[in-house]
Amino acid sequence: MSGLALFGYLIDLLAVLLLALGLKGLSKVRSARSANGLAALAMGLAVVGLLIQLAPSPVAWLWIAVGTAGGGLLGLITARRVPMTSMPETVALFNGCGGMASLLVAIAVALYNSAESDMVALVSIVISVFVGSITFSGSIVAMGKLQGWIDTPGWTQSQVRHGVNIAIAVAALVGAFALPGDPAGSSLWLLVVASSLLGIGVTLPIGGADMPVVISLLNSYSGVAAAAAGFVVGSQLLIVAGAMVGAAGLILTQVMCDGMNRSLVSVLFGGALGGSAPVGGGGDEAGYSRIVSCSPEECAMALESAERVVFVPGYGLAVAQAQHALRELAKMLEANGSEVSYAIHPVAGRMPGHMNVLLAEADVPYEQLLEMDTINPEFPRTDVVIVLGANDVVNPDAKNDPNSPLYGMPVLEVDGARQVFVVKRSMGAGYAGIKNALFELPQTAMVFGDAKAVLQGLCSELRSQGVGKGA
Amino acid sequence: MSSLNEALWVLLLGSLLGLELIGKVPPTLHTPLMSGANAISGITVLASLTLIAQAQGNPGMLILGAVSLGFALFNVIGGFLVTDRMLAMFSRKKSGARR
Repeated sequence: MSGLALFGYLIDLLAVLLLALGLKGLSKVRSARSANGLAALAMGLAVVGLLIQLAPSPVAWLWIAVGTAGGGLLGLITARRVPMTSMPETVALFNGCGGMASLLVAIAVALYNSAESDMVALVSIVISVFVGSITFSGSIVAMGKLQGWIDTPGWTQSQVRHGVNIAIAVAALVGAFALPGDPAGSSLWLLVVASSLLGIGVTLPIGGADMPVVISLLNSYSGVAAAAAGFVVGSQLLIVAGAMVGAAGLILTQVMCDGMNRSLVSVLFGGALGGSAPVGGGGDEAGYSRIVSCSPEECAMALESAERVVFVPGYGLAVAQAQHALRELAKMLEANGSEVSYAIHPVAGRMPGHMNVLLAEADVPYEQLLEMDTINPEFPRTDVVIVLGANDVVNPDAKNDPNSPLYGMPVLEVDGARQVFVVKRSMGAGYAGIKNALFELPQTAMVFGDAKAVLQGLCSELRSQGVGKGA
Repeated sequence: MSSLNEALWVLLLGSLLGLELIGKVPPTLHTPLMSGANAISGITVLASLTLIAQAQGNPGMLILGAVSLGFALFNVIGGFLVTDRMLAMFSRKKSGARR
């Protein structure tokens, strides 16, 4: 018996070591993939070790098989099927389910096993229910917003929301304090409902641009929920792994906030930037005085004679699924003797690294993807910059206009280039909902249209002029 | 008593470890890292398994345990696979570039 316990102990220690190494390795490009495998291995090891120690009865095995088949298959299918463009939503969905799992464990223990629970376990149940509910409902709202299923209701932008959220929080607090006295009673359900509503109430007002930060924060919460569940069932491995993810998630959240020059507090409580502007409606054209629009033909002519071309991809590229068309255009330009690179803003798209993932899918060579600090000094010697569905990350106001809400955010200094084409569906504002001074500069021309359609148009235009035939 | 003491130390040291592990992360890896860390947070599978194994035939606990196991495994398996899919694209690109 003690031999078995010792064996389980060693497996747990090994699993913690591998998890830590995995997490560490995931933050370096070269080791990331093997590190991910290492973490998965650690997880498998932990599960096997636990099963050996628990020695479940045949009935228990049956239920384990049911749960494994259901969740495992769905996970497998989802991971295979989901397109690369909707990665952020997918992470949010997975994360919400992790929170839900911790929540259900805590509910089960509260309902059926609370007689044996001491104060520590009861407090852990409260924390697990609270954090698990927020993680679940918050992640689902975040996913819905990224998918475009959920809008930002008007009242969530007014001060009313703070009152509503405080009221919900008070209700949750009442449930939290009442729960230890009556674990299986109504206080449990009050806590579940109020915490879920709080997750919705806090996430709903946050604009799409800040969603990555929210998902990262919720990811950190699901770590906390797992650690709390570890206290509930008395598993040290769960506590250490949950705490690790919770802390690492917090750091990652901070890193992302720094990239956008936003503080976490303003993300969480500031509401959507410029959220009062109509969403997606293409709204404030009147705000612009000097806009030059041009056809793909004119743009193609400029590209044909350009020696150095830089593409600036943004969320518009992801929405239009235009990465392959972009790669095709880039190949033609390279065959024509142009030097092509891609400027990647750290928060371009809906999630940091979003653009890298997308362009990698289209076989864009890794070394052509240049990060902001590398590419910024290069813009003055660039002939043509093509901005594809990016907006706020190229707004020169961020460095020139102290009154701009973006002021101080590091941006791609494309205004230094000789000629800038902005491919955009309409004059609508970006996520930040503010005017972009770039569009009014004399060297800028707008090419209106869906990124994919425009890129394909450019390709066929260049082809008809015989460009890139020698490839 | 001493088990709580131990558990709190584990919590503290685990948190410190997490803070130290992630220092500088290239922006390229933000999404995969988030996704990978997210998969690790599905470690709640252990709690679900414990719940099922210790249910002693209580149907409510068995059902809740199995459902939570499903949710947690969805998170773990989906999370690791999706992370691998993202990272596979980077590594392919790098080796392709060296050719």
